[in-house]
Amino acid sequence: MEPDDPDPLSPLIACPGCDALYRVVDVPDNARARCNRCGAVLITPRPGAFARITALSLAAVVLMVAAVFFPFLALDAAGLHNFASVFDAVRAFSSGLMLPLSVAVAGLIVLIPLARLAAILYTLAPMALGRAPLVHARAAFRLAEALKPWSMAEVFIVGVAVALIKVSGLATVSLGPAFWAFVGLVLVTVLQDNFMCRYSIWKSLENRAP
Amino acid sequence: MEIAGKPGPLTARAAGLVACRRCGRVHPGGAQICQRCGGPISSREIKSLQRVWAWLFAGMILYIPANIYPMLLTSTLVSKRESTIIGGVIDLAHHGSYGVALIVFVASVMIPIGKFIAISYLALSVQWPIRQHSHLRHRLYEVTDFIGRWSMIDVFVVAILSSLVQLDTVATINPGIAAVSFALSVAFTMLSAQSFDSRTIWDSDRPAE
Repeated sequence: MEPDDPDPLSPLIACPGCDALYRVVDVPDNARARCNRCGAVLITPRPGAFARITALSLAAVVLMVAAVFFPFLALDAAGLHNFASVFDAVRAFSSGLMLPLSVAVAGLIVLIPLARLAAILYTLAPMALGRAPLVHARAAFRLAEALKPWSMAEVFIVGVAVALIKVSGLATVSLGPAFWAFVGLVLVTVLQDNFMCRYSIWKSLENRAP
Repeated sequence: MEIAGKPGPLTARAAGLVACRRCGRVHPGGAQICQRCGGPISSREIKSLQRVWAWLFAGMILYIPANIYPMLLTSTLVSKRESTIIGGVIDLAHHGSYGVALIVFVASVMIPIGKFIAISYLALSVQWPIRQHSHLRHRLYEVTDFIGRWSMIDVFVVAILSSLVQLDTVATINPGIAAVSFALSVAFTMLSAQSFDSRTIWDSDRPAE
C-alpha cells in the first residue's frame, strides 16, 4: 500500500487456494480477510504478533527440551519397573526394525518441530526487537512453512493416550513430567499458530529488508 | 450455491499474471522466482498431477503390507502374539474401550482409505474437467490435506508401547514390519495431497484463457 511503490502489482494479492485476484485493503487488527470464492484466510493481522510469536517459540523450545529429557511414562508390572524418556526411547532402539521407526518418530515429534521453531525465531526475533531481518530470513520462513504439516506433536499426544489404554491391562502406567511438558507444547503451538499471519510476515520481511 | 458455468472472479492466471502461493505476491506472466518470498512460483504447478498420482500409488501399495503383516509383536510369560492394525482395533473393542477402538479405526483405516478415494477423485476431476461442485471439491481437498497427519497415531502408539514395555521375560512389545510400511504409506499420501494444486479445481469455473 506504499503510495510510491514502483511495482503496480505490489498492492494485489492472489488467493493461494483458488488464484482469485484481490486488491489488498487495510484489515483491522484481529479481523480476517477471506477469499470470497474458496474461503481461504488471506490476511489476519494481530497486534504485537511478532513479539508474541517470538515469546511463544522460546517457551516451546524450553518445553521441548523438558519433554525430551524428563521421564515420559513410567510402567510397573509384576514388581518390575521401567520408565522411559523420549531420549531413552530413541537411543535404546537404534537397532533392527526399531531403527527406521525411531528415526521417524524422533524426526516427527522432536527434530522437525525444533527446526521449525528455530526457523521462526530466526525470522521473527530480530523484527520483534525492531531490527531489520537477518540474511536468509526469507529462506528460513519458507522452511518453517514447509515443515508445518510434518510437525506432529499433537498427533503424538493422542498416540500416548491410546498407548496408555492399550497397556493398562498389562501393567500400571503413570505419566511423568515430560508428558505434561508435551501437552504444554501443543497448547503453545496452537496459540502461536493463531498469531501467525503469513501475509503480514512476508510483507514485513519485504518492507524491512536492509 | 454456485451455478455451473457462471464466471468466477478474475484470477491471476486469467489476468496473465503469476501468483505466489506462499505469500500472495502477484508477478507478470513468466516469472519463476517470487520477489517477496524468494521461492519458486508457477501459474499452475506443472506435472502436479503426475506427482499426485505417483505418491498416491506408492502410498496405496504400501498400505497393503501395512494391513497384512503384524503391527505389534507382544510376548508375555505365557503367550506370544502378533496383531495387525485391524487386530489391534478388535483387541481394544474386546477390552471394552470402544471409544479408543473407534479413534484407532478412524485414524488407521477410514482416513487412509478415504484419502485414497478423495485424492483420486480430485485428480480425476481435474484431468477430465467437471465444472460442478468446485466449492465442495475445494472443501474436500482442504479436509484431505488437513486430516492426513492424524493417521500417524498408530505409528506413535507402536513406538511408545515398544519402548515402554520392555520388562525382560514378563512382557515385551516389539514393532512389526507393518509399522514401517504404514508410516511410509501415510507420509506418501501426505506428499500426494501436498502435490495437488488446488487452484486447478477452479480453472473450469471460467474457460481457460
